[in-house]
Amino acid sequence: MTALDDDTLTTQGATLAGSGRILLIACGALAHEVLAVKRQNNWDHLDLQCLPANLHLYPDKITEAVAVCVEKHRADYEAIHVLYADCGTGGQLLETCNELGVEMMPGPHCYSFFEGNDVFLGRIDTEFTAFYLTDFLVRQFDAFVWRPMGLDRHPELRDMYFGNYTKLVYQAQTNDPALDAKAEDCARRLGLAYERRFTGYGDLVTAMAIAAADQ
Amino acid sequence: MADDEIILADLSDDELVLQMHDDLYDGLKEEIEDGVNILIARGWTPYDTLTKALVAGMTIVGADFRDGILFVPEVLLAANAMKAGMFILKPLLAETGAPRMGRMVIGTVKGDIHDIGKNLVGMMMEGAGFEVRDLGINNSVEKYLAALELDQPDILGMSALLTTTMPYMKVVIDTLKEKGMREDYIVLVGGAPLNEEFSKAIGADAYCRDAAVAVETAKAYMLRKHNALKA
Repeated sequence: MTALDDDTLTTQGATLAGSGRILLIACGALAHEVLAVKRQNNWDHLDLQCLPANLHLYPDKITEAVAVCVEKHRADYEAIHVLYADCGTGGQLLETCNELGVEMMPGPHCYSFFEGNDVFLGRIDTEFTAFYLTDFLVRQFDAFVWRPMGLDRHPELRDMYFGNYTKLVYQAQTNDPALDAKAEDCARRLGLAYERRFTGYGDLVTAMAIAAADQ
Repeated sequence: MADDEIILADLSDDELVLQMHDDLYDGLKEEIEDGVNILIARGWTPYDTLTKALVAGMTIVGADFRDGILFVPEVLLAANAMKAGMFILKPLLAETGAPRMGRMVIGTVKGDIHDIGKNLVGMMMEGAGFEVRDLGINNSVEKYLAALELDQPDILGMSALLTTTMPYMKVVIDTLKEKGMREDYIVLVGGAPLNEEFSKAIGADAYCRDAAVAVETAKAYMLRKHNALKA
């Protein structure tokens, strides 16, 4: 298997199928992390199908994209698990997954499950002015945040988007000084205070363990 | 000066209004300010300038946003240009007694700091003749209630961008019900993760998917309210 290209994961997604009997359908923004957890646990029976991460720019398209992917692969696997949280679908993804009979991740979004949904929700009253980035989003900051928001062409819009935020929290899945430096630079560009918080893979491990144990 | 540069003051009224629609579409703030000043200097009423030049232009922007032709950055630039035009017109509108459609209190719910959509709705509602009090972001039920009591609006607008904050709208609506105030207001809700089903489930009057829909919905409800009062 070739190295995963973040640009491809952002715009096209990726098929990382082997001979697994269980399929994980995940957001492209989780591909590296899912593969890392899979490797750490020798879960060779899990295959991975990633949808384009930039679906998050249009959350109303996520539910249909996941549903199409489930239907497309249903016959090829014993079970399918969806590694998306609600991700701005307003409960529609959960409803659709229930209708399709497939499991999905609990929680509002990946910022929440990387930190652990209980911990994240416990902070929600005091940290709602934080803008979160994960490893993937730090690497893809320009493709995912800066350019889609038009800040490359119209930097004067920055405070319309981020004026109510106070800090950028980099939720680090890995210890990488280069990513740390880049995240700090992202905070500077957005005019926000910076905080790094190591989360590891959080509840993603739990969700994948449930998938791996599916009979 | 480039040969093809358009001199706004040289255009006829009709041409100028169309040019202002283009300039709004392109988010050209200074050109919009110039256009507004020219129309006013030519004797246009502030109300006509607002509705025919600015609101009509922004309606085109809204439609193209809905159709996926324009995206958020372009809409924000257009909104900034319209805001600049409205800044000139607002005191003039107050002086000339433009028609009032009704009154609205609007705010983003508690725990949520996102206000781009809410600001667009507020601006378009003002453009449509509503008096708008914007409560800003992170509003508790107490803040909403205090504003409702103070302003006695026709409409309460609530906005949320997060799945985690949108349920707070129900807290506000349930409190209104408990206090026997729910039927006093038209409650409109909006925000990216919301939908019609959610709006019904929490007991709002309507879900508005964008600013243009919010204006049309508000107008329709105000008409119903007036008709009910006449009956």
